[in-house]
Amino acid sequence: MDTYPEAPIISLHKIWAGYDLDTVLEDVSFDLFPRDYVGLIGPNGGGKTTLIKVILGLVPPRSGSVQVMGTDAAEGRKYIGYVPQLQISDKAFPINVWDVVSMGRIKPGFASLRLNAEDRQRVEEALRQTGMLALSKRSINEISGGQRQRIYIARALAAQPRILLLDEPTASVDPQASVQLYDLLAKLNEEISILLISHDMTAISAYVKTIGCINRRLVYHHDKSVSADMLQAGYECPVDLIAHGVPHRVFPAHDDDGGHPE
Amino acid sequence: MISFLQEVLSYEFMRNALLAGVIVSAACGVVGTLVVLNRIVFISGGIAHAAYGGVGIAYFLGLNPVWGAVGFSLLSSLAMGYVHRKEKARADTIIGVMWALGMALGIIFVSLSPGYKADLMSYLFGSILAVSISDLWLMLVIAVVVLAFVLVFYRLLLAISFDETFSTIRNAPVGLLSMAMIVLIGLTVVISMRVVGLILVIALLTIPPAIANLFVREMRGIMALSTGLSLIFMVSGLLISYALNLPSGAVIILVASLAYAFAAAVKGLYEKRRQIKETAAQKNNFGLIR
Repeated sequence: MDTYPEAPIISLHKIWAGYDLDTVLEDVSFDLFPRDYVGLIGPNGGGKTTLIKVILGLVPPRSGSVQVMGTDAAEGRKYIGYVPQLQISDKAFPINVWDVVSMGRIKPGFASLRLNAEDRQRVEEALRQTGMLALSKRSINEISGGQRQRIYIARALAAQPRILLLDEPTASVDPQASVQLYDLLAKLNEEISILLISHDMTAISAYVKTIGCINRRLVYHHDKSVSADMLQAGYECPVDLIAHGVPHRVFPAHDDDGGHPE
Repeated sequence: MISFLQEVLSYEFMRNALLAGVIVSAACGVVGTLVVLNRIVFISGGIAHAAYGGVGIAYFLGLNPVWGAVGFSLLSSLAMGYVHRKEKARADTIIGVMWALGMALGIIFVSLSPGYKADLMSYLFGSILAVSISDLWLMLVIAVVVLAFVLVFYRLLLAISFDETFSTIRNAPVGLLSMAMIVLIGLTVVISMRVVGLILVIALLTIPPAIANLFVREMRGIMALSTGLSLIFMVSGLLISYALNLPSGAVIILVASLAYAFAAAVKGLYEKRRQIKETAAQKNNFGLIR
């Protein structure tokens, strides 16, 4: 797991970022490689959202560099399939599933005023991949939270991304739907990388390949164990870990390498 | 009834008023939908009130107040649009200040101008009966520009309105289109000003889409339905105001507000009945299982 012949998809180098006088990210370095499935956990206010915005080129870092597919974030973000956290206010918006997913086919500038045949095909494919094709004419307020999350994944997939970036994917999804969601992500991971950011450790630990902790500083060793320095650096993060009764195979003392449960 | 309509249509000012109603409805229905869905009602109100500054200055300089309003609403929509995009945290405060500043400038310049100023009230409260042929042309040009813009950029406008962040990540021209949208709101405000006045413009922009949004679940459908609704409100308000000899702008808004209350009540009853039916159906299911 140590040697990667391929170049990283996302590469953060010594990132410092924040707002006004408030520093939110301190010296964050992180590489994400093809077919990785990384779960980053951290408490609320620990810089998760800022990290996402830095990766997407929405917040410029104070120092350090961000590279996505070898270029700067504003250019490279076209390779990122961003799946935002569900917002209750989205439901009030009058839009149907097809129109949401076809947003994934937006191209830079004014190049996408109409969908062409290829666009339509990609949208349909993304809906099929996520099992949502039958709902394509439904309004967004007529479907469940789990279905809405799938629609957002479909929208991200329609852009043919190299990586899916998910923000709290199961925060407002019932347990059964979230299990199905992780099954879908595991299947998608055969083709593309996944970076998943959440405050809920127990939710993601069983599914991801590798785990990191983010709380201003990022601790990530490209493996699945929660190490002592994570416990130290993660502040509340390990408290969350222990309090929620983490599946024990996360800890390095156990002999298995935390392989995916079948 | 027919003789009443014949009488109404025999006057040129009534024909112009009805024509103005048709044109302004189309612009208001479409732009109002964008205003409501983007939650920028406050900005529209700000542009409408700030436009009075232009009315006052033009009046003071002896120019046509309509052009003053056009210039000022363009200026204030650019300024407010900029503040809205760049100063998210304090945007509503700054826009509130601009709103009041425009009004204040208008009042000062009007009071500095000599002569009888009763017709200036028409900019505040509307004067659809005083719409001239040149007003109609201005309305038509602005309405055509607005409709063409929305028709061409519909897909991107829908995307930006629904999820601005995602549109930005896809590198859509979000800033440019948002600013253009706010400028169009400014232009629509000016032509609506002739119909219901600066103070009531917000109602004309927001009530029809708010009603349509209760029953239609797609942006283009809301645009179409609110155009129709706003036409109905304008024509019926105009006829009622003519028959009862009341100010037309206020009657139009009164009709629209009553319709909104009625529509919300109907929708509420419908939802309740549906819920009752659903629970009844669920009970039946349980019965079957047992």
